[in-house]
Order: sequence, then C-alpha cells, then structure tokens
Amino acid sequence: MSKLQPDLKPKLKSNKQLILQSIVTTASPPESYRAGNNVKSSLWRVAMRRLVKNKLAMSGLAVVLFMFIACFVGPLFSPYTNGKTNLAIMNQAPSLRHWLGTDKLGRDVLTRVLQAGRISLTVGLASMVLSVFIGSILGAIAGYYRGIVDQVIMRVADLLMTIPSLPLLFIIGALLSDWKVPTDYRMYIVMVMLSIVGWPALARMVRGQILSIREQEFMQATVVLGLRDRRKLFQHLLPNIVPLLIVIATLNIGGAILMESVLSFFGLGVIAPTPTWGNMIDTANNLIDFQERPWLWIPPGLSIFATVIAINIFGDGLRDVLDPKQRK
Amino acid sequence: MSSDKLQDDAVLEIQHLRTSFDTEEGIIKAVDDVSLTVPESRIVCIVGESGCGKSITAMSVMGLLDANAAKVEGRILFQGEDLLSLTKNELRAIRGNEIAMIFQEPMSSLNPVLTIGQQIMEPLIVHKKLGKKAAKQKAIELIERVQISRPEQIFDAYPHELSGGMLQRIMIAIAISCEPKLLIADEPTTALDVTIQAQILDMLSHLKESLGMSILLITHDLGVVAEMADEVIVMYAGKVVEYGEVTALFEHPKHPYTQGLLKSKPSMYDMVEELYSIPGQVPNPLSLTESCYFHDRCDACMKICRSQSPALHTINADQQVACWLYEGVTLGV
Repeated sequence: MSKLQPDLKPKLKSNKQLILQSIVTTASPPESYRAGNNVKSSLWRVAMRRLVKNKLAMSGLAVVLFMFIACFVGPLFSPYTNGKTNLAIMNQAPSLRHWLGTDKLGRDVLTRVLQAGRISLTVGLASMVLSVFIGSILGAIAGYYRGIVDQVIMRVADLLMTIPSLPLLFIIGALLSDWKVPTDYRMYIVMVMLSIVGWPALARMVRGQILSIREQEFMQATVVLGLRDRRKLFQHLLPNIVPLLIVIATLNIGGAILMESVLSFFGLGVIAPTPTWGNMIDTANNLIDFQERPWLWIPPGLSIFATVIAINIFGDGLRDVLDPKQRK
Repeated sequence: MSSDKLQDDAVLEIQHLRTSFDTEEGIIKAVDDVSLTVPESRIVCIVGESGCGKSITAMSVMGLLDANAAKVEGRILFQGEDLLSLTKNELRAIRGNEIAMIFQEPMSSLNPVLTIGQQIMEPLIVHKKLGKKAAKQKAIELIERVQISRPEQIFDAYPHELSGGMLQRIMIAIAISCEPKLLIADEPTTALDVTIQAQILDMLSHLKESLGMSILLITHDLGVVAEMADEVIVMYAGKVVEYGEVTALFEHPKHPYTQGLLKSKPSMYDMVEELYSIPGQVPNPLSLTESCYFHDRCDACMKICRSQSPALHTINADQQVACWLYEGVTLGV
C-alpha cells in the first residue's frame, strides 16, 4: 500500500490538471480539433470498411465476380467459340475434350454456358441501369414537383404495376416473335422490356424518399440560396438517395436475370442460336434429355441459381451497410 | 437617428404584411399588419415569445411559405422592389445573392451528403458565375473569414464531422459568400451554447461592419437584443406592440408586454427567490377577437382593451407603441 501511494499522487495531480485543462478548453473551444485527422475518411470509406467485414456479402460478391470473369474471359480460351455444329459428336457426356459434354448439335456446353452468361449478365445489368435511370428520374420529379406531374407519373406507374408483369412480357414477346424481329436485336428489346416492367416499383420508392427529404431544413436552405429546381433535384436531393439506389440496383440485377431466363426459357426472350441460360434450360423440356443428359441443363440452371443468389446476398449486405433504416 | 431619416436609405421595408394560413378550423392570422424598416448597415431585432409570428415574418420575406397553404399580403420592398410581385426567376436572382438567410439549426441546414466545400461554392458558382477554381479559392477565404482554422481540411469535410458552432460559421460563410445587402438571421444562436453564441454574434456584427450589410435578427433572447440591436421590434400574437431604438426600449419600455419581458430576464445583481414570469399564455390565434391581444395577461388592462385593438403610435422620437395606455400621448407632449 505504502508503495502505491507515491505513484498515486502524481496521477491525481495530473488528473486534476486534465480536468482543469478540459474546463479551459470548453471555455474557449478550439473547434477545429474535431475535424482533425479523419477529414479524408468519407462516408463511402466507412461503408466499404463495414462491407468488407461482412463475410456473407463478400462471398456473394466473390461468386458474382467469378461469374463475370468466367463469362467474359473464359470463352477466349475455348477452342469451340465459333458455335459450329457437328452432328458426329452430338449429345456426348462430359469428357476431357468437352468438360461439360456436348449438346444435340454437337456444340461444347461449357463454352455455350459461358457465352450465355455474357448475354444474361449483360441483359441483367443493362436493364437494371435503364430501369434505375428511368425510375429514379421519374420518381424524383414526381416527388419533388408533386401535383399534376406526380399524378400523371404515379398513375402510369400504378397502371404498369396492376398488370402482372409475366403475362405482359409474354404478350410483348409473342408480338415480337410474330413480327419476326431479327434475333440479334431481341437481346436489346428484352432489356427495354424488362426495364419497362422494372421502373414503377423503383419510382415509387424514390418518390417516397424524395417526399421526405424535400421537407428537410437543408432543402429550405437551397431555396434561400436561390438555386434552380434542376440543381436542387439532381445536386441536393438525388445524392441523398444514392445508397438506396445502389442497393435496389444490385437486387434488381438478380431479378432481371431471372426474368430474362424465364422469358428465354419460353422462347419469348433471346432466342436460339444466341445462347442464354434460360433458353439452354429449355432442353429440360425434353424428357429424355432431362433424365439421361443432365449435363445439358444442370450447368445453365446452376449458373442462374448461383448468380442470382450471390447477387441477392451481396445486395442484402450492401443494404445493411448503406441503408440501415431499411433493415428487416 | 430619427425615424424620418431612416426611411430614405431603407434596405428592406415591409408595409402592412399579413400572412395567414387557411386551416380546417379557420383562418390563422400568423402575421397581422406588420410594418417595419431595416435601414442600411443596421441591425434590427424582432423579439417575442414562441408563436408570435417572428419566423413567419422572415419566411414571408424570403418567400419560403408554401403558396398553397399561406396567404401573404402587403408589400415587401427590397431596395424599392416589391418581392411579392416578382417572378420566380427574378426572386431566385435575389435570394442567396442580395438577401441571405441563416437558420436556427445549423446541424440540419447543410446537406449531409455534400462536402462543406461543395456547399460554399454553390452560390458562388450560381450567382457570381465563378469557375470551379476561383470558387474554391473564394470558399477557402470565406472559411478563414469565419475564423475556422485549417480551411483546406474543412473544405473537404462533411457536415457530420463538424460541431454545431462550426456549422453555424459555415452557414454564415455561405450566407455572406455573395456579399448580400441584407442578412436574415432566424434565431442563429438558439441551438448553440452560450460561449459559441457570443462568438457567433461578435462575428456577425464584425461582418456587418466590414461588408456594410443590414441584419434582420430574429430572437427571443433579450440578451442578444441588447448586444446586437440598433432597433427593436417587439411582436406579440402576430402584431407589433412596440418598436423603438434599443437603448430607449431597454430604459423606458412602454408596452406592458415589453415591461414584462424585461422583468422576466434574470439579472446578475438582484437576488430574487423566483424569476418573474408574465402570467397566462399566448392566445390561440384561432380565437382572436377585436381587442388588445395582450389584455388578459396585462396588469393594466382597461375596459377599452377588451373591445378594441390599439394601433401603433409614435410617442417620442425613438419609440412607437401599440397600447391604449399611451393613446393621446403624442410627439412633443
């Protein structure tokens, strides 16, 4: 005990000094200290750091990245990319020459799965970009201006949402087949179709967010600054919902890939000879292929499954990081 | 300092402003026939308790009220131009450029997702048509001018990284960026602690001197009034009850409400058990009838106070008051 006391005294003293100091500093606060060293660590960096810690989300991201790289780089190393048919080697089981076997026209299944992945992923991405673009702009305009503009935009959105999207897409797809649209163009048309059914839900969500943000005090401050509506909308309001948009966009890719697969499966989306995961599973329609030649439909099916589930897991992780309010 | 001389170089002149809200229960007259003048390079304070129409007056001047909800009548002359008759575009060129405003809550007045720099540069780019580089340089100068150290670092910071006092300085920097003629400050120090409050007020009066701008300061704090104001307007239930030069008003408050306000201010020298407070509450704006709105809280209430509302009268060179007690007392009597 006695040994401790000499140690304790200076400590007490220094504590007292500290308290004194803190009183002095609050009396004339050096306000700048708070912004000190971490000025450069922006909101994004904090979010990124939290995302990296989320193992599930990172594994989702890894799968997505793997799929992307495999699909876009993989075919470059394949000797079978020309898609030539060779009936001599049709319906072969997986072997060293053809890792995932061949289809009924003698084409290498692995190469086709990867090529199909290019199309499916591109369609998914592009239709997401398009629907986020349309949805966020229309939603923001509706939420910001309200009144008649809001009524028109939201009623159109409601209308599109009341029609079940699958039958709607089927009808459009059937019409396209009827009009004999060249197969090369169908991919682009599918993108547009998917974004048309995709934007209303997004516009609603964006509108809701804008409606609440536009009433906040900093928006009143922009009025006082004499800013134009366009500037208020795109420089002040939209940046506030970017995290939400990123989350929705990510989750939308998965949905779009699924939709495209469904359409192509029914022969109403992208059609042969252009491969997509959806129209490749079409072979499962045939009982013999389904039972005897699983290498024809398992790889594309598994690709869809893995990609979509990975995107959704990653999207959920993103949501937890970027948009804590939306947490379930 | 006579009121006649001040009328000539008025920056802002509000004439018979009436702002009312049409609600389901009835029409609420938030501002009822308010006239005031803000002379050049002077600070005019509007003082009054919550709900007396101070902020609504400021918002009417800035055109911040939703046109569907609020009806604004009267004339708001800014350098001779009636703001109420201007188009949206003409108004936009004045706001932020010639009239600036700062708000009560610095924490929520800045966009949380944009950096401080972006937000200071904005009015410079929009109104002064500066390029990005020139705007950045000016922005850093402005941050320095509001006495924040390390301006380059603050330039890249986000609002959540700064304290309330710093944010209010930033708001002031944004407000003075285009060197406005008039600054409307709506309770600029209410959300800050007392030491910061003093610094901010000090800075405001320095900036007023160096930029030659006028300030319309809205507050409920008589300490702030005493420190800052050249002229004071006391509002009660949407009406001006007393209007005068600051020393005259503090030394010889005329209206019973002003007297009550001054009495309820804690003093460093008098030891009192309990602080005085004006009995009763601000009347419900829906149930106002023709009367002096202060009558049921007034110690000197007379018969006439219950049936007729008094008009603003000039009682001496420095003061105007709306009270039946002073009816008949005119200039020079």
